[in-house]
Amino acid sequence: MAVTAAAAALAAGPSPQRRAGLGPWFAVTPMLGWLALFVIVPTLMLLVISFCERDGLGRIVYSFTFENYTRAFDWKWLKILGISVWYAFLTTAICLVLGYPVAYFIGRSSERVRGLLIMLVMIPFWTSFLIRTYAWISILSQDGLLNALLMTLKITSAPIGFMYTPFAVILGLVYNFLPFMILPIYTSVEKLDGSLIEAAYDLGARPARVFSKVVLPLTQPGMAAGILLVFVPAIAMFAITNLMGGGANPTIGEVIQNQFTKARNQPFGAALGVLLLAIFILSLWLSSKFRRSEQE
Amino acid sequence: MMDASLLPPGRRWWLPQGPAVQRAFFGGWTVAVFAFLYLPIALLVVYSFNDSKLNLYWTGFTTKWYGMLFGNEVLLRAFQNSLIVATATTALSVVIGTSAAWLLYRYRFPAQQTLGLLIFIPMVMPEVLMGVSLLVLFVSLGIPLGYTTLIIAHTTFCFPFVLVGVQARLQGIDPSLEEAAMDLGATPLKAFWLVIIPYLLPAIVAGALMSFTLSFDEYIVTIFTSGADSQTLPLKVYGMVRVGLNPQLNALSTMFIAATAVLVIASQVFTRKKTV
Repeated sequence: MAVTAAAAALAAGPSPQRRAGLGPWFAVTPMLGWLALFVIVPTLMLLVISFCERDGLGRIVYSFTFENYTRAFDWKWLKILGISVWYAFLTTAICLVLGYPVAYFIGRSSERVRGLLIMLVMIPFWTSFLIRTYAWISILSQDGLLNALLMTLKITSAPIGFMYTPFAVILGLVYNFLPFMILPIYTSVEKLDGSLIEAAYDLGARPARVFSKVVLPLTQPGMAAGILLVFVPAIAMFAITNLMGGGANPTIGEVIQNQFTKARNQPFGAALGVLLLAIFILSLWLSSKFRRSEQE
Repeated sequence: MMDASLLPPGRRWWLPQGPAVQRAFFGGWTVAVFAFLYLPIALLVVYSFNDSKLNLYWTGFTTKWYGMLFGNEVLLRAFQNSLIVATATTALSVVIGTSAAWLLYRYRFPAQQTLGLLIFIPMVMPEVLMGVSLLVLFVSLGIPLGYTTLIIAHTTFCFPFVLVGVQARLQGIDPSLEEAAMDLGATPLKAFWLVIIPYLLPAIVAGALMSFTLSFDEYIVTIFTSGADSQTLPLKVYGMVRVGLNPQLNALSTMFIAATAVLVIASQVFTRKKTV
C-alpha cells in the first residue's frame, strides 16, 4: 500500500505549474480583458459618476461634488437602506433555522436517499425566482387560493390583504433563498467525520450536547458560506421585494433602479450604488476573516 | 422494563431519547420544509389544468391555457430572444471559462491570488450593481442596448461559474496524462484538445447547463442591459406577474418547472455515471 502511494507521488513529480510563456499569456488575455473591461472599469465609472452632477435633462455633468452623498445620508434614504438590510438579516436567520436541520438530515442519510433529497433541493434552486414568487402570489393575493379557501370555509367574509406586507416580502425572500442556505451546509455536513459523533456519544454526551459541541462547530464553514450566499443577494433582490411588497415601501435596489430609469438621476443612483457596494465588500471581508480564523 | 435507577440522576427515563429521536426530529423537520418548498409549486401546476380562471373549485380538466400560450406572439418572441442570448452566453462562457481554468492551473502568473479573487467578484456581486455599472459603461461607450450588450452582461457573471467548476475537476487530474500525450508527440494545444478536454467534459457540461439556466432566468441585470427589441422572457413574465393572476402564467410556469426538473435529473444521472 505504502509502496504504491510513494510510487504515485514520484510519478506525480513536482507541481505541474510552470512559468507562463508568451503563448499562455496570449491565451489568457481574453479573460483578463473581459474582467477588466466589464467588471473593474464599470465599477470605477460608477464611483466617478457618484461624484458628478446632472443637468436638467438628466445627462451627467463631469464636475466634482459631494452633493449626492450628503443627500444619500439623509434619514429618508438611510431608513430604506436599513430596512433592506433588516429584511435580508431576517431572511438569513429564518433560512438558517429552517435549512440547517434539513441539510443535516440529508448529509447524514444513506447514499441513495441523499442523492434523491439533494435532487429535490436542486429543482427549486434552479427554478426561476419569478415563477416561484408567482406561486406565492397566486396563493396570497386578494383573489388568490388562500383567501378563496378562507371565504369558502366562512372563516372570513372579506378577502384578507396578505400581499404587500412585510410578511409577504420576507416570505418571498425566504422561499427564494432557502435552497442557497441548504446546499452549502449540506456540503459541510457531508464532509463531517461520523466517527467524531460516535466518539462523543461513547463518551456519554447527550444528543443536544453532541450537536452543539461537535456538529455545529464542524459545520461552521458551510453556515458561513450559506449566510453569505443569502444575506448579500437578499439586500438588493428588489424584484421579489417589489412584487411581494407592492413598491410602497421600496428596498435599496428598487430605489437605485428608479434613479437610473424613471427619476433619471444617475449620479444619485450611483452614490446609493456605492453605498451598497461598501456593504457588499464589508460582508465579503467579514466572511473571509471568519473563514480564516476557522482554518487556524 | 427499564430500571430508572440505572440512569443518571435527573434524566427523565419516560421520555424517548438518543440519536434515534434526534433523527426523527430532523426527519420530520425535513418533510415539513419540503412541503413548504413544493406545495406552492404543486398548486401552480394543478391550477394550470383547471378549466375556470383561478378559482378554488375544480371545474374540469383543460389544456386550453397551454394552447393560448403557444398562440401568444409576444411571449414566443421573448422566448426566442432568451434562447438566442442564453445560447450565445453559454458558448462564450464555456470557451473563456474552460481555457482560463486550464491556463491558471497549468501556468504560473504573477498576482495569481488577486486574479482568483477577481473571478469570484462577478459571481457574488449584487445584480443591481452589475446591471447599473454595465449600463453606465455601455452608454458612455455609445454601444446601443440590444443582443450584444445582453450577451456581454450575461457572460460576465456566467463564465466564472464554468471556470470554478472546471478548476475543481482539474484538482483531481493526473499530471502524467498531459506528459504522456506530449511524449507521444502532441503539441501543448493538441494535448489540451485531445486529452484534457475529454477529461474535463463532465465539468464543462455542468458549467454549460449552469450558464444557460442563469442566463435564461436572469432578470435584474437584463432590465438594465436590454434594448426594446431584445426583451427576454423574464422581463415579459415579470410584467404579467405585476398585472395579476393569469392561468396562462400557470401553464408557462408548469412548463418551466418541468424543464428544470428534467435538466436537474439529467445532470445528476450524467455526473453519477461519470464518477463511477
